[in-house]
Parts: sequence; structure tokens; C-alpha cells
Amino acid sequence: MISKILIANRGEIACRIMRTARRMGIATVAVYSDADCAALHVRMADEAVRIGPAPAAQSYLDMASVLRAAKASGADAIHPGYGFLSENPAFVEAVEAEGLTFIGPSAAAIRAMGLKDAAKQLMEKAKVPVVPGYHGDAQELVVLAGKANEIGFPVLIKARAGGGGKGMRKVEEPGAFAAALSSAKREAKASFGDERVLVEKYVATPRHIEIQVFGDSHGNVVHLFERDCSAQRRHQKVIEEAPAPGMTEEMRAAMGDAAVAAAKAIDYRGAGTVEFIVDASEGLRPDRFWFMEMNTRLQVEHPVTELITGVDLVEWQIRVARGERLPLAQDELAINGHAVEARIYAEDAARGFLPATGTIGHLSFGSGMRVDSGVVAGDAITPFYDPMIAKGIVHAPSRSEALDGLAGALARTEIAGTVTNLSFLIRLLRQDDFACAQLDTGLIDRHLAALTDEKATPPGLLAMMALAASGMVPTDAAEDAPTADIGPWAHWVAPRRTVRLERGGEICAYVVCRPGASQWTVSGEGLADGITLSQLEIGDNGQSWSAVIDGVRRRMRIIRLAGSVTGFAEGASHERMLPKAVRSDLAAAGGDQITAPMPGVVKQVLASAGQAVVADEPLVIMEAMKMEMTLTAPRDGEIAEVLVSADDQVSDGAVLIMLTGAADAG
Amino acid sequence: MSVIASKISTSSEAFRANAAQMQALVAEIGAVAETTARGGGEAARQRHLERGKLLPRERVRVLLDADSPFLEIGAFAAHDLYGGEIAAAGVIAGIGRVMGRDVMVVCNDATVKGGTYYPMTVKKHLRAQEIAEANHLPCVYLVDSGGANLPNQDEVFPDRDHFGRIFFNQANMSAKGIAQIAVVMGSCTAGGAYVPAMSDETIIVRNQGTIFLAGPPLVKAATGEVVSAEDLGGGDVHTRLSGVADHLAEDDAHALELARRAVGNLNGPGRAGLATIDWLAAEEPLYDPAEIAGIVPQDLRQPYDIREVIARLVDGSRFDEFKARYGTSIVCGFAHVMGMPVGLIANNGVLFSESAVKAAHFVELCSQRKIPLVFLQNITGFMVGQKYEAGGIAKDGAKLVTAVATTSVPKITMIVGGSFGAGNYGMCGRAFSPRFLWTWPNSRISVMGGEQAAGVLASVKRDAIERKGGSWSAKEEAEFKQPTIEMFERQAHPLYASARLWDDGIVNPMKSREVLALSLAAALNAPIGETKFGVFRM
Repeated sequence: MISKILIANRGEIACRIMRTARRMGIATVAVYSDADCAALHVRMADEAVRIGPAPAAQSYLDMASVLRAAKASGADAIHPGYGFLSENPAFVEAVEAEGLTFIGPSAAAIRAMGLKDAAKQLMEKAKVPVVPGYHGDAQELVVLAGKANEIGFPVLIKARAGGGGKGMRKVEEPGAFAAALSSAKREAKASFGDERVLVEKYVATPRHIEIQVFGDSHGNVVHLFERDCSAQRRHQKVIEEAPAPGMTEEMRAAMGDAAVAAAKAIDYRGAGTVEFIVDASEGLRPDRFWFMEMNTRLQVEHPVTELITGVDLVEWQIRVARGERLPLAQDELAINGHAVEARIYAEDAARGFLPATGTIGHLSFGSGMRVDSGVVAGDAITPFYDPMIAKGIVHAPSRSEALDGLAGALARTEIAGTVTNLSFLIRLLRQDDFACAQLDTGLIDRHLAALTDEKATPPGLLAMMALAASGMVPTDAAEDAPTADIGPWAHWVAPRRTVRLERGGEICAYVVCRPGASQWTVSGEGLADGITLSQLEIGDNGQSWSAVIDGVRRRMRIIRLAGSVTGFAEGASHERMLPKAVRSDLAAAGGDQITAPMPGVVKQVLASAGQAVVADEPLVIMEAMKMEMTLTAPRDGEIAEVLVSADDQVSDGAVLIMLTGAADAG
Repeated sequence: MSVIASKISTSSEAFRANAAQMQALVAEIGAVAETTARGGGEAARQRHLERGKLLPRERVRVLLDADSPFLEIGAFAAHDLYGGEIAAAGVIAGIGRVMGRDVMVVCNDATVKGGTYYPMTVKKHLRAQEIAEANHLPCVYLVDSGGANLPNQDEVFPDRDHFGRIFFNQANMSAKGIAQIAVVMGSCTAGGAYVPAMSDETIIVRNQGTIFLAGPPLVKAATGEVVSAEDLGGGDVHTRLSGVADHLAEDDAHALELARRAVGNLNGPGRAGLATIDWLAAEEPLYDPAEIAGIVPQDLRQPYDIREVIARLVDGSRFDEFKARYGTSIVCGFAHVMGMPVGLIANNGVLFSESAVKAAHFVELCSQRKIPLVFLQNITGFMVGQKYEAGGIAKDGAKLVTAVATTSVPKITMIVGGSFGAGNYGMCGRAFSPRFLWTWPNSRISVMGGEQAAGVLASVKRDAIERKGGSWSAKEEAEFKQPTIEMFERQAHPLYASARLWDDGIVNPMKSREVLALSLAAALNAPIGETKFGVFRM
């Protein structure tokens, strides 16, 4: 009997689990860190319990806190979602020791799949095909390099405890092996506290196809077909779909059987995913897929399976956890149509997918797609957790209709206040190879330039954005003066204002002028001889701007927030920040400081006070938004003061190191 | 309310000719305004910018709310005076919104002779303060001035309405709760030091603003002490040691942001007068205000129906006329300008006893009801002649003058044509302290017409010549009259008038509606008091 579920997670997945629980008449309990106290999942739950400060290690990863929350709220089951504690066998044991139900597999099953090399040995025994590779205990460079030579380059180095692409390196030739190995080990250590790695054959034209499996506690295991997650960037899934394009019944049967065999080998219970690498160089062939790993949890991309099978996977998880049999047998499951999912992230695709933070001042999803979101307008993307904003999923009779539908819905989606990957997603969905299913995991990298190339903002839109940002147009009727409607006005010389807009560190000035009551001109960078906007009309709470430009009435969506202005055009959002004026004494000192480019944690300080440094010498290694970045000396000089030490949490713009001397040498 | 039905044909030849002439006048004044707005010229502006300062008009813009209008006053002050180089008398003044509140901004233009005070600079500064005091507008002084212009010291220092009056006004406005805020963005030397010192709240820009009674050269001469300007009276000294200033700003933009915050913290009622009037939603006139250009005849002596102008100024062209059938040479009535109720008094010919008495009656009505008055002045004067003198036209004129002089409601005057003789008094000329006085580019102002004045002088001279038995030919008389006619013509010109601050500025007739609305809105910052009239000569 499960009557109240605590969801040991946050964001969209917590919300998504609550929706199903609520439909099943089960009460929900949210847990939250200090950073999430007003988050959507907290507001959505029947009850919510604080479990600690913002860093995940002290909240969402803190087993004791989560268990205390379960006891305090009287929950009888815990759903772990994905990430965090979802694949931690110790947590499962702790939950069960408290007499609570863990909605997921047994600790033993998780443990069996937790270490990749052991899992592969297990799979080999169960006759599941595995990629040639070395999964042994030896970690010395000479041994691993030797094994790499046996397997044949290119090879892949992967963290044994890893996932999500962390601690993973592709090595093209023997000479690069040593450097890649130490880098992979360092990242593995940082991410998982375990620096051990394995070496595998690198598959050319690889596709990532995974099988959704489901087991119950009565020995039944079914699969719910495949998902294709080949659209990846740095081993992170970007777009997932089901079924896999080009999949044959023969191949599907072979992969399904292998996945079910894998699950059965560990007495699997609940939802799991068996990931395979597929050599697609000659189409999909039943002898060219190999087991990679099994994820013993619900996947981020599970909605595509739900949409093609009509199964609510969370409902099945709960029913199986209650001891019920699987609701459907294998021959009762069928594929209906095609589903595709895109992960909407706060990240700057044009700048190496740099993770972004910010407050989502405006959020409006395009109609026609399922949205699994954990945020609403006004929420902040914090540096503490994954910067995913939402998932958009479209189900349609065919793949092309699903892609078109998703691209269209994303193009109508408006997010302002943070940079997003929306236009990258839309371009990928419309990319020729992707559209005609010429897939492999290298597709994004090959077309990266075209997919992330930053389109110039159309001049008309840019002019309107500058006008909106100028604040010169009265848009709110709050002003309680009879003359509020007059707006900027002067007897003789047309009112004008200079607006500074920033994009990627570059600041451009625009002069906005009002030569007539209903006429505005904007001039500046990228606007040729200036743009004239006449018969301005503003509607929809100041979000819809329309004017006659060069004889054509044009309507645009523009969102003006306190620190930014965002215009939307042809599926791309064009954001400009409104730069804050420099205020502090320190800032006036100029290139004497090393500042944090974004909020994050100091991993390593490489310099000490008094030390002489040369330009570009690494001084601090920071980790922010799950990315490591090295901050270097802007010039030759001497370290005056080091203001931080390793593990310090620093905020955006914080001064980390002060430089002195040699500022104007030569 | 009744709606004015315009009888103007916008396609007529007269209309087009009038419009062309008015457009030319507007262009001429506009060109002067454009030149004036460039301050002290390109070289001085570059020097100013190189010091990291914002140009004065940019300072005003950054201070004001982005969507705020700026009702500039005295834009043509000192035009063609002092060798014609003292643009806007070296100081920018006007009303705009800061944090949603109407304020009077007075901004020195250091690109114009270092922002020093010429006689007209002082007069303009005092006029801005007078407007602020009458309309309860907080004052923000953006100070960047070398103080009194020394070659002109006799005309800027000693008299009642000279430099010292600035500080007298600051003290007295502060006493009335009209906030005084100074932003020191440049020099503030000697007497000028009192502008920030006399303010309620003062901001100073580091390494840029200085306040001292005597600058470094004078100090060295007096005591031998050698000290830099910044160490003598810079932002750090005054915010940390002397307390002469309250807030230290890093640069102009920061200083203006601090000034905005200071205004944001004023509290108090703002627009107190608005509470006492019944204001409606604004409505456009039925007829396009741009058509005013074609209505006004090219020749001042040519009569036209002032209701055609009113129809293009007031909301919905609605005008409830008072005593329309009596004293028809003056038009009185109620209307709204951008939602604000006004009593309009407009000339439609020469003033007779009936017109004067009717207008006095109407002033009484508006005073009783606390409705602001708007005067549209186009007046050659009161009717002359035995019949009218005997009828007591002086007495009736005095009634109107008494009513206009003593009413407590805000008065706004716009000279849309001639402003001659005693008509100027009855129609609320400068001497009668309208809250604002605006002129059109086609307007003329003088004690009488040039022809008449020359005629008067000529007849006096002819009498004298003929008394001595001499004779004076018509040609000689014409030659005698010509300089007087020319002098009157020159001195009656609106630029001549505005340069001397006989008014608050020349406005574009097609923008008169906004000018009136902004003037009214500014006036309504002060509560409207009870009126006590003087004795009316009956």
C-alpha cells in the first residue's frame, strides 16, 4: 500500500512524478534545499520539507536528511526521480531499513550495474553483446595504453563509476593517450570520487539506441521498445526520439531480447534502460549493437516512450513498487506513431554551450507540445543544479510531422531573462541530415558551426528592441498624471536617448529619437543608416510591438525585463543585456583583478601572493554549472592577494585574485 | 458639452499660404533652437566630453524618467545678447518627471563660458526658481559653473534680483517644503558654493565636482598654501570631512542615479492640485492641431475666429462658451486640455467695456470653482475714443485687470498674435505672474504698434515745428518715423522678447496643446487656494 510518496528530487521530474501520483490518489511530499524554497515542485506538492542548504551534497544528496523528511511527513514510499540518489544502493538499503518502499530496483540490481566493467562481465555471461574493451582493475598508464593498442585506435576512455559523459575521452592515436587518461581521471575523481577508468573500442558512425525495460517482483520483464538518443553533444543527449529511425523488426527484436535478458540477469524490478551503442555505418544490423550500460532508474527522455506506447511509466513504477504485476504483457505493447523530445537548457550555444543562470522573467511555451517543466516565470536558474529549463515533447503519426511539430512549438516558445539553446534545438530539428535520419552521435559536432552560428539580429527587430529598452515609450498606464500619454517630448529639439545594449561582452550604443509624436528613429551598430518606426502600437501587456518600417507594418514580440530585453523572430530569440554602470572603486582599477565569470566553486588556486605571473598563466580553476574553467592572468604581473581558496563558493563577479605591478610595463 | 464646428477649408489657397508662412517661421525658430541646443560649440563640447563628463542636455535626459517630457523654459534666453555666444544663457532649465514626480531642473552648461552667470543667466535661474516655488516643484540643480561672470559683475551681483536671490529662494523654498537637491558635477566656486551648501541634499562627483569659497589660485595668493582643487574641495573632502555634500558619486551617471533616488525619497503629495480638480481621460481634439498653421493669417491685423484655434487645442474640440452673445470681442468658456478642466479666455478683436466685464465675470467663476485659466492673447488694446472713455472703459478694463491680478487659480498665458498696450495687462501679461507665459513665432509684443508709436512721436514733433512757424514735409515725416517703426519692429519680435525672458519661450503652435497640458499639469503640483479679489471699481 502506498498512500504518500516523498519525491527525493526537484525540478521537472519531481513535478512530473507528482502529476501521476495525484492522478492515482496518492499524496505527495516535496523536499527542497534553501535555493528551491519557492520552486514549482515545492508549491505543487501536498507537503514540503526543507532538507538543507543549496549545495546538492548537503541537501538532495544527503540521505539522512531525505529520510528524516520522509519520517516527518509520514510518507510510506520514496521516488528518487533521476540523478541525485536514484542509483545509490546504500540509499535503497537505508530506505528499506526504515520500512519504507523504494520506488525503483533493488540495491543489488543497482550495485550490479553500477560499475561498468563488472556490469559488462555480467552481460557477457548473459549472452548480451558488449563492446570490446578492457574493464580490468589495472589503472597504470602502461597497462591501459597497451590494452588500447590491442583494442585498436580510436578508443574511448570512460570513468568506471561514470555516466552522462563525465570522465569520458575519445583518443585518436597512441600519442594522445597519456594526456587524455590523466584528464579523464581528474574529471572522474571530481565527479564521482572514483578516478578508475576503463578503455573501450571506439565505434565509428555510432548511434545511441536504448531499450526501455520494465520488470516486476514476479519475475516478469518486458521492454517498451527503443529510444534513439544519437543527437548528442559531448555525450550529453540533446534530442531523443522513439522509435529509432530505420529500425527493423528483426533488429528491434534482437535488441529487445538482449535488454530483457540483461534485466533478467539481475532480477530487475521497475523501470530501467539498457543503453546500446550501434554501428550504423551500414544501416541497423542485428549483429552490430553492443551493450554499454544499464541505467537503473527512470530516464530524462522517458516521455517519448510514454507517448508512443500510451503507458504512464511512473504509474507502472508505483504499481510495481506496490507489488502488482506488470499491467501489460510484451505482446500487448505496440508502437503508435513517433515522438520526439528536446531538452531546453539555459546555455549559450554560440559560446561553447556555456551554462547560464538568471531569472526567467518571461516564460511562454509554444502550444502543441507536451511540456515537462519544473519552472514557471519568475523562477531563477541557479548555479547549484542542472540548468535544464524544461523538456518539450511532440507526438505525431510520423517522424517528419513530429519534428516539424516540435520545431514549430519551440519556435513559438518565449523565454527571457536567461540565454537558452532554443534556436540551436530548432536548427537541429530542421538540419538536413537529422531531418532525413542520417543520424550518428557525431552529427552535432560535424555541423556545430551551422547549428550554433549566431544569426545577426534583424535590423527592424534590433531597432524595436532598442526602442523598448530605452524606456521612452510609456507602456504602463500606472502613471497617475493626465499628461502621462505625452511621453518624451520637447518644444523644438526632438527628444533622444542613448541606449546601451550588451551581447556577449560587446556593448553597442543606439540613439533612439522621437522626431514626431508617432514616429521614432533608431540608429547604431547594425542598423545601416538608421531605422524609422512609425505608427507605433503596443499591446499584450507591452509584449507585442508593432510599427510601420519601410512601408510594411511589422509585428514583433519583445520582452523587456529589468536587466534585459529579448526579441523573438523566426524561431530565434535575440537577447541583449542592459549593462549596469560601473560603480565601485575596485572596478575602476581595471585589469588588476581576476573575477569569477559566473557563480561557482573554486576547485583549485594555482597562484599565491607575491608570485610573479605571465599573461595567460592559469591562476584559478573554477567549477561552475558542472563545467571546469581555468582563469588566467590577463597580463604579466605579480599576485598581490589571493582572496579565495579551494572549495569556496563564489558569486558572479567576485574578485578572486588581485594583481599588481607591470600593469603599464613598456 | 457643445462641440466647435470648424468652418476652415484646409484646401483653400489662404489656408495653404498661411500654413506655408507659419511653417517658415517655425523652421526659423527651430533652427535657432537647434543651434542653441549645441551649447558652447563643438570644441567646448569635446573638451567637456574628454573630461569624462556628460554633456549638459544628456545630464538632464539621464536624470529624467525615460518616458518623461521636458518642458523647457527660457530656451532662447540671451539670444543675440553678449555677442550672441551665450546659448540659452548658459543654463538649461525646465520641468520633467523624475521617479514619476514633476521637478524643476536647472543645469549649468559649462561648455558656454564655463557656465558663468551673465545677467540673463541669473534672470533665468531666478525665473526657474519662481516657477518651482509657485508650482511646488522640487528643484534639482546640476551644478557646473564658474560663478558670476566677472566682466558683468555689476549686473549680476548687487541688486535684489541678482545672484544672491538664488540662495534666498533656496532657503525659502526649503522652508516651504519644496525640496532643493544639488548635484555638483563640476566647479562650484565662491558664491556658487552656496547652491550645494543651501540644498537639502547634495551629491558630488569624485575627481570632478569641487566646492570651495576660494579656488587654489586665490588660496595661494591669500595664504601661500598650495593645494589641488580636489584636495581643497573635492568629493572626498566634502562627503568624508566637511559634510558640505552628502553622497559621493563615481561619475555623472552615478550622480544622476543618486539624484533620482533622492527625488524618489521625497515623499509628500506631489500633484496636490490634481486632487482639487475633476480630471477626465484625455481625448484628442476633433480637428488636427497641425491645422493651426493654416488658420492664423499672415498679417497680424487680419482678424480670424479664435474658436478655430480653440477647436484644435481642447479635448474633443468641446467648448462650452460663456456669454457667447455678449461682449463678443472676447471668447470665454470651459473646456478640457488632456483631461484637465480649464477656463479659456481668448481675444477675438479689440477689447470693449462689455468684453472686459464679461471676462472679469468669467475669472470670478473660475476662481470660485478653482478651475485653471488659460489666456490666448491676441490683442491690439482697449477701444479708444470719446464714446468709450466716457463709457468708462478704463474702469471696466481695471475690473478685468483686478480680477486677473488677484485670482488664486493657476494662469497660463499664450501669446498667439499681438500683445499691445493695456490689452497685455487684462490678458495676463508677464507682470500679472501667469505660471507660464508662452509665445508663438508669429507674435509681436510692444506698448503699442510701431506705426502708432511713430505717429505719436511725429505729431508731437510736427506740433513743435509748426509752433515755431516751421514746416515739415511728408517725406521728412516719413524719414523721421522710419527708425521708430524699425525699432518697434525689432523689439517686438518674439526672439527679441524671449532673449530677455519676457516670456518662458517661443513654442511651436502645432505643439501648443502639449505645452498647455504640461504647463497645467506642472501648475497642479500646487494646491489651488481660495481667491480674495481686490476692490472692483464699479
